[in-house]
Amino acid sequence: MRSIWRTLDAVLLRDVAAVALGAAVTGASFGAISVGSGLPWWMPVLMSLVIFAGGSQFMAVGIVAAGGSPAAAVLAGLVLNARHLPFGLAIGDVLGRSPLARIVGSHLLIDESTAFAMSQKDPARARAAYWACGVALFFSWNTGVLIGALAGQAIGDPMTFGLDAAFPAAMLALTLPALKDAATRNAALAGAAIALATTPFLPAGLPVLLALAGLVVFRTKKEEPCPSPQS
Amino acid sequence: MPVTAVLILAAGTFAIRIAGPLLRDRVTLPDKAREVISASATVLLLALVAVSALTNGKQFGGWALAAGVVVGGLAAWRKLPFVAVIVLAAATTAGLRLIGVA
Repeated sequence: MRSIWRTLDAVLLRDVAAVALGAAVTGASFGAISVGSGLPWWMPVLMSLVIFAGGSQFMAVGIVAAGGSPAAAVLAGLVLNARHLPFGLAIGDVLGRSPLARIVGSHLLIDESTAFAMSQKDPARARAAYWACGVALFFSWNTGVLIGALAGQAIGDPMTFGLDAAFPAAMLALTLPALKDAATRNAALAGAAIALATTPFLPAGLPVLLALAGLVVFRTKKEEPCPSPQS
Repeated sequence: MPVTAVLILAAGTFAIRIAGPLLRDRVTLPDKAREVISASATVLLLALVAVSALTNGKQFGGWALAAGVVVGGLAAWRKLPFVAVIVLAAATTAGLRLIGVA
């Protein structure tokens, strides 16, 4: 574990801290909104500890607050979180090989830790970035939720601070290096267009999954046309 | 929100999360497939950026939000520090909302 922290430099830690701060404020609003919708203070706290996926937590609380059934909230949350499966396939190696690292590391698999890992070329740095981001966000998100749940409506609307723009901007900045590759860029742009076009018609989460169809335009380096005896 | 529902969502989410790392062990993939899987993470992340920058989950999310993300994206493209990217994006959106831009 010590080698991970040695690989971390000040810049990476500062970047992680910035995202963690944003997560804390968003977490506080989640806590406040949950309590405001009539849940006991410990419910958003429990959700954040065991689910640890902000989007699905907001959605579940919103569905139940709007009179939806808990089953519908669970289903919608799982659909929204389905993208973590391909994330895990892509960056599963950075977690480490021991069972404990797998279990703890999987719980820390979120959009931000995936993006931080993807933004690093060197495997050791990717691993350090993943764990630093995952651990920092786990603590900042849960601390924020606890404060928000206890402070309640005193917490302002995070949209006033423009925090809803901070998340996509941060993810975009972390994704830019991977977009330098033309094949990846084409597939990603096609996927983003598909996701945007289907958003008005589909439940949240599905449009982002459908973006994977953009991979049909993914072409790696031209393959040599090799003459095969079959043809 | 019953505790049972929270625990089921938590267990399901964890199963989704650990499936990827476990599946990686079971199958050895050709290089080509590894490249596609790596690209798929980038495809998902950019789609997530597009949906959260331009929509509220159902329809257009408003000019203030879109402008903030564009400013942040330009800052990142111009190689400004990551913290500046986040601050510029949030400040642009917050500022526009302050002057009444939705």
